[in-house]
Amino acid sequence: MLGRLSLEALPLDVPILVGTFIGVAIVGIAVLGLITYYGKWGYLWKEWLISVDHKRLAVMYVVLALVALFRGFADAIMMRTQLALAYNGNPGYLPPHHYDQIFSAHGTIMIFFLAMAFMTGLFNLVVPLQIGARDVAFPFLNNFSFWMTAVGFILVNVSLFIGEFSQCGWLAYPPLSEAQFSPGVGVDYYLVALQIAGVGTLLTGVNFFVTIIKMRAPGMGLMKMPVFTWTALCASILIMVAFPVLTVALALLGLDRYLGMHFFTNDGGGNQMLYLSLIWSWGHPEVYILILPAFGVFSEVVPAFSRKPLFGYTAMVYATCAILVLSLVVWVHHFFTMGAGPDVNAFFGIMTMIISIPTGVKLFNWMLTIYKGRVEYHSTMYWAIGFMITFTIGGMTGVMMAIPAADFVLHNSLFLIAHFHNVIIGGVYFGYVCGMNFWFPKAFGFKLNETWGKAAFWFWCIGFYFAFTPLYVLGFEGMTRRMNHYSNPDWYPWLLVAEVGAVMILLGIVCQLTQLYVSIRDRNLPQNVDVTGDPWDARALEWSTSSPPPVYNFAIIPHVHELDAFYHNKENGIDTRSAGGPYAPVHMPKNTSAGIFCGLFSLILGFALVWHIWWAAALGLVGLIATVIARSADKDIDYYIPAEEVARIENEHSRKLMAQAAE
Amino acid sequence: MKNRKMAWAGRSAGLASLLWLGGCSSLDVLDPKGPVGDQLKSLIVESTVAMLIVVIPTIILTCVFAWHYRASNTKAEYLKDWDHSSKLEALMWAVPIVIILFLGVITYQTSHSLDPYRPLETSQNTKPLRVEVVALDWKWLFIYPEQGVATVNQLAVPVNTPIDFRITSDSVMNAFFIPRLGSMIYAMAGMQTQLHLMASEPGDYLGESANYSGRGFSDMHFRTLAMPADQFQEWVEKVRASSDTLDDSSYVRLAQPSEANPVAYYAHVTPDLFDQIVAKYNNGMIMDKTTGKMIHVQSAMSDMNTKE
Amino acid sequence: MAHDTTLTDAHGHDDHHHESPVVFGFWVYLMTDCIIFGTLFAVFAVLHDQFAGGPTGKELFEIGGLAAETALLLVSSITYGFGMIAAHKQEVNKVIMWLGVTFLLGAGFLGLEINEFRHLIADGAGPDRSAFLSAFFTLVSTHGLHVSFGLLWIVTLMVQLSGTTEIPERMMNKLTCLSLFWHFLDIVWICVFTFVYLASMM
Repeated sequence: MLGRLSLEALPLDVPILVGTFIGVAIVGIAVLGLITYYGKWGYLWKEWLISVDHKRLAVMYVVLALVALFRGFADAIMMRTQLALAYNGNPGYLPPHHYDQIFSAHGTIMIFFLAMAFMTGLFNLVVPLQIGARDVAFPFLNNFSFWMTAVGFILVNVSLFIGEFSQCGWLAYPPLSEAQFSPGVGVDYYLVALQIAGVGTLLTGVNFFVTIIKMRAPGMGLMKMPVFTWTALCASILIMVAFPVLTVALALLGLDRYLGMHFFTNDGGGNQMLYLSLIWSWGHPEVYILILPAFGVFSEVVPAFSRKPLFGYTAMVYATCAILVLSLVVWVHHFFTMGAGPDVNAFFGIMTMIISIPTGVKLFNWMLTIYKGRVEYHSTMYWAIGFMITFTIGGMTGVMMAIPAADFVLHNSLFLIAHFHNVIIGGVYFGYVCGMNFWFPKAFGFKLNETWGKAAFWFWCIGFYFAFTPLYVLGFEGMTRRMNHYSNPDWYPWLLVAEVGAVMILLGIVCQLTQLYVSIRDRNLPQNVDVTGDPWDARALEWSTSSPPPVYNFAIIPHVHELDAFYHNKENGIDTRSAGGPYAPVHMPKNTSAGIFCGLFSLILGFALVWHIWWAAALGLVGLIATVIARSADKDIDYYIPAEEVARIENEHSRKLMAQAAE
Repeated sequence: MKNRKMAWAGRSAGLASLLWLGGCSSLDVLDPKGPVGDQLKSLIVESTVAMLIVVIPTIILTCVFAWHYRASNTKAEYLKDWDHSSKLEALMWAVPIVIILFLGVITYQTSHSLDPYRPLETSQNTKPLRVEVVALDWKWLFIYPEQGVATVNQLAVPVNTPIDFRITSDSVMNAFFIPRLGSMIYAMAGMQTQLHLMASEPGDYLGESANYSGRGFSDMHFRTLAMPADQFQEWVEKVRASSDTLDDSSYVRLAQPSEANPVAYYAHVTPDLFDQIVAKYNNGMIMDKTTGKMIHVQSAMSDMNTKE
Repeated sequence: MAHDTTLTDAHGHDDHHHESPVVFGFWVYLMTDCIIFGTLFAVFAVLHDQFAGGPTGKELFEIGGLAAETALLLVSSITYGFGMIAAHKQEVNKVIMWLGVTFLLGAGFLGLEINEFRHLIADGAGPDRSAFLSAFFTLVSTHGLHVSFGLLWIVTLMVQLSGTTEIPERMMNKLTCLSLFWHFLDIVWICVFTFVYLASMM
């Protein structure tokens, strides 16, 4: 009846997990209680959970990403603490069974549910506004994608308390991840969660690709698109190319595990090297899926706060496209040590290095944007400059590892760990947080607190160097990744330093939370309210709307004649909003609960698959298909906002603008 | 380790001083004890220096620009609409291209000259020592086919003699790595990878698995004892004096998962054991080393093949 | 989306770039599906000679049943084409009729395929026998699953069309998407037929 599921699946013997569960339960009950107490269930449901509005989905994605950050970081600091203790015979406090789950979950969560969700959140908030669209091409699909991502994350977290998570690292290399060596449910949780989230990501890629290709404001040719939109376009293309390969790789591993097939097994003619090729054909483009939008954020932020246009827009676009293409032909650099032969290794090594050319060009572009500008030291600019310095170092160590012969001693060492955290924290995370600080007023109508924002930056930046510089050294000292304990006295002091760095990053996260709290508390203070919708005197179309924008974004779709259209309109005294009308009724999609129900059925399906509860899996699948069919038969999917209502909303914003100008 | 305090002071100078710390004894990779490691070390240093030529100015200029063109410095020049300069753009493509051209050439050359499959040449044309390596859950088995002995978790090698490693796994994927000697390579079931290393100084070096392999991974390391040739012969005799032998049945026992295995010596080992281990995942076939053709290996292990 | 003419006029220039992105979007989605199949073909290419002592393609595949499967699927593409012609003429009943014919042909294809699988598995040549068979079953049944999904889609549209007299834009989009899907499966099948069956029998 319940497949493999029994009471023994509950980890009651692990005090850390029981404690975590109690903590999560208390917080969960408190949140649910507060929602009930304030009678906000209806509001939450109607305005958020079933919303197809890209701005609402953006907020939900970022909230998901922040929750994932807490979980992923808790894993990180537990690992660091284990290694600061488990020296010279001390087993530490995490036995391998638990520790191995933690590093597997850390990587999985940070990439798929922090970085990807954060990125999708930024896409959602910014892309339609930057291209002058009223929503994405497929608003329902957008909501559906969110729920798929959320269900994937829920499943990963369910594994904390029911059963176990994968102990095979974040990419679950076979044959270790095969049923022969990992018979438990851990790998199944991993596979199922990523497959479900992967569906969401793939559809997000399709959605934003179509949105950017088809829904740009009249006159906005491709070479007049803001750079963030360009990077979103390239990332979407990479998603569409790379994620199907991930789907296949994970599906084949699942078939090995569930149906006894022999794709990657040791026996039966299976080929584990094939899995490495498949997973990295996704995995390397994935890195660029994450970093390109971060580049896009900096390309918006640096000009805005340097009070100058972006230097070398064309070079920036070509560099982005070059990275898009090159990222597809470098995957073998993740396993130079497999013995593929010097010619293959040299080819992939050199291709990898070539990527550093367009990347270097981008750095010079931002540098020259600052050059002869008027740099305003806003906290977003801190993240940007911190990024430029940190990422340069990370890029350099990346090129070192791209030399196959050098990789023969650096591969899988802590040097590698230091390198990719250097680019993912110093590049991706700094970029997304920079973007969050930059666009927060657009989403909510008030600015984030500067003092706490800057404090967060300093803790993160300095903490990063304390946490990861020692890892570079440890790599040279021959320490490999994923070790649970060790007895080498040379490693110990460095791991203590790294622990200090992790604690500083923790303080950085605390500052970010405080920043959010203080900002929400002080949201009505005059200096925090964003009345104009253009708090930074910035350049792209998203700043021409009110903050937060009306549900339809643009009452009258602006015509675009050049790059930085909004900035040039401001310079020339043209009103981008065409305030005063005449307004026409606006055609909008209706909210739908189909997405959340699809998510619910996927959750049932996924959980049942993990535990081999076949009847429930069938129920989930049938429910999922039935929901999609019901949705396709639903005729009540759109509505018109009357012209009078549009005029009322627009005139109110105009009045506010005038009042502000009169002050 | 006498002057740990001094070492500490040196370390805290941070990453920038790393290159000068090349001699610091704790940095295994930058203080190699063999020719492969030596070449890798100079490769790492050279490429780093080449990149620092761009990286350091980039970082300095970023800081200088960001400081000099701060909004409060109204004396600084301000070009409000400046967004293009063909000269600068040509330069910013050219500089990285030149560096990468340089590194690309190095990459191509070292990919061949430091190919782990490439036999090492010595001035005296010393005959290489063959060692067959099997990664097991969670220990390393070393077979010396010419000596007819085998060990677990201890690798002894004569100095200044090229070592010709053949590596496989009878479990999950691992990576065979001795940081002080140089390159690593994966160990995979049903396949044999090759590695050529040489120790030029006697010593006791860490060997480890550099690819996570499950529960017992952290204790899956071994000592590499590099010793003069005569001492190596004595060591072989010591192993031959062991009371244990490695045949098909004792191998099956050894292959069972175990953690933090003690060192073990086997006075005798079934000839072809390594080939049998590789062949059992290939329907009893293995590639003949000289002809490159698939040949059948007679094996008593074919029954314990496959299904768990 | 703009099906109401008066409102379209009222929109003026605003909506002129808002022609439905549904068909384009679905086409883009199919390209990602194409990558899934491409990857499965690549996997098959890698594993095609990993028989692990089990049967080879030459010993297993028979041209007779395959020819029938291929014929059914190709004809179903033509009948779907007739359905689309009828749809453009707003002939609802004819559309339903042609969809029905397409469904039967597709179901016939699927039946033959399942029958083939049944025989293979009964002969001990199931997907767990060797890497070659794993790759074969996975590739072919991924196509088969797509066909099954297509059949479900056909039925759904037949039900949604029944009782109506005209085909609005949204329905037309769905018919066009399904049309793309169905022809796409045809193309994939030609590749399966050539690179999996014929190549294995050579």
